[in-house]
Amino acid sequence: MKKIFSHPKSLRKIPTHYCAGCGHGIAHRLIAEVVDELNIREKVIGIAPVGCAVVAYDYWDFDCCESAHGRALAVATGIKRCRPEKVVFTYQGDGDLAAIGTNETIHAANRGENLTVIFINNAVYGMTGGQMAPTTLVGQKTATTPYGRKVNLHGWPLKISEILGLLKGVVYVERVSLHAPLEVLKAKSAIKQAFLNQIQNKGFSLVEILSACPTYWQMSPREALDWIKEVMIKEFPLGRIK
Amino acid sequence: MKKEKILISGNEAIGEGAIQAGCFFYAGYPITPQNELTAYMAKRMLQEKRVFIQAESEISAINMVLGASAAGFRAMTSSSSPGISLKQEGLSYLAGCQLPAVIVNIMRAGPGLGNIFPAQSDYFQATKGGGHGDYYCIVLAPFSVQEAFDFMFFAFDLADKYRNPVMILGDGFLGQMVEPLTVKFQIPNSKYQIIKKDWALTGCKKRAPNIIKSFYLKQKELEKFNLLLQKKYKTIKRRETRWQEIDVEDARIILVAYGTMARIAKGVVRKLREKGKKIGLIRPITLWPFPQKAFLKNPKARYLVLEMSYGQMVEDVKLALEGDKNVEFLGRAGGGIPTEEEIIRRVK
Repeated sequence: MKKIFSHPKSLRKIPTHYCAGCGHGIAHRLIAEVVDELNIREKVIGIAPVGCAVVAYDYWDFDCCESAHGRALAVATGIKRCRPEKVVFTYQGDGDLAAIGTNETIHAANRGENLTVIFINNAVYGMTGGQMAPTTLVGQKTATTPYGRKVNLHGWPLKISEILGLLKGVVYVERVSLHAPLEVLKAKSAIKQAFLNQIQNKGFSLVEILSACPTYWQMSPREALDWIKEVMIKEFPLGRIK
Repeated sequence: MKKEKILISGNEAIGEGAIQAGCFFYAGYPITPQNELTAYMAKRMLQEKRVFIQAESEISAINMVLGASAAGFRAMTSSSSPGISLKQEGLSYLAGCQLPAVIVNIMRAGPGLGNIFPAQSDYFQATKGGGHGDYYCIVLAPFSVQEAFDFMFFAFDLADKYRNPVMILGDGFLGQMVEPLTVKFQIPNSKYQIIKKDWALTGCKKRAPNIIKSFYLKQKELEKFNLLLQKKYKTIKRRETRWQEIDVEDARIILVAYGTMARIAKGVVRKLREKGKKIGLIRPITLWPFPQKAFLKNPKARYLVLEMSYGQMVEDVKLALEGDKNVEFLGRAGGGIPTEEEIIRRVK
């Protein structure tokens, strides 16, 4: 009988530390599946972020590098420029990529570094206890916006993907979501495209993934998925940006 | 090996030294008084088909270096005092990840924006870790353009050998000064992986995955790792401490100075010896590890510590002598530096 489904080779068979309903586990798996399908496990190098996914390298079964908070794209630039034949990607959250690391993000993109970026947007800082992220929605309550995000105090949710789409160095930006099985499949194909672009030397590619954080949204996993679908997508519309 | 004598500035000599020593990756950001170094690398690295990046920030530059080093290549960045402050996060991560790298600090006067005049006011920052956590950078202090060039080989070798960041600590005089330099051209032909780096990120072909990290979630794991670092630092102290001494044995007064300050001190020693004064000089070459042993030879002498800062290295001298009874200090920073005349007045 032909085997049509199995555990990805690039994903270790160990339980993750993520909360119930968290999107990180799904995103990790999608990357592992894509790495297997493109047959690049022996030449991929991942950059793990600071945040909930700090130990992503414990789950992926390929070469990985740590990075200081926000510096993933600088680290990735160093690796890729020295080893252009390898496939280098960063995995970053909204605080990492769009707050403390905005400078690194915009300039790596603008230089057109031939890199793949997987950007997890869950509208909140998870690891540190649910503080406001640059992508927190207006009105959303967090540890540091206990009365909800207010435009006059905190500004608007930052649409970093749209900003990056304006840069000439960027070849591909797509926003996807993990709130339903069909969306997960779309997310996987976007991730695959972002890796393929690098393999074909096309340049900077980024996939923004809307991902649930039930713990700091103070919702059940099911409610969190519905919130993405009904609320978050209105602020962060899905689809190809560039 | 081809030898050639050229006239060159300290900044450019550091760049050429790095290139000859096999530096494959350079990232930097403009700041005075080290701009000639970045410009030199921009020109020469491309000639040698290596990587030069003008980074968007000092922070980005040091993290690019971290990436290049993690990939197994000799990598370096350079800056001056305020820029080096920004790089401290990266230095801590390099030390925590046990990654080799060379960082050049051509010091200017501070604090804050200070000014662009030469100073040695980053001694504490350079020799006591600088960033967060229990770590040390190996710190080398060249005092001539020739040493600035030669020490680059030493710096990259030490960095690779101990998997630890190495800092070249010079000042604006050293960077800007033009002197004759004997260049030994010896560019290695390999792709600059001078020693085998089994730990480097190359893709996990026919081996288990390599992980570069400084993160140890469990208390005991981190403590174990910290003890390993401490053991390494002990070995470095034992094996790599270097200094130069002149006329120390019979001296009644010994000057202590490094870098450009030691050039002036050396002149003072020469002048006063000619007049029969029993004077000597200890010039630390490694600032960390500090050459404590140099002070054992003549611990009863009067010591005069000279700095282009306000009493930083003097603390290490007092520790080496286990007291401050016979230790004096003369230092200036922010525009002026102790002159021969000033020093001679203090000596008498």
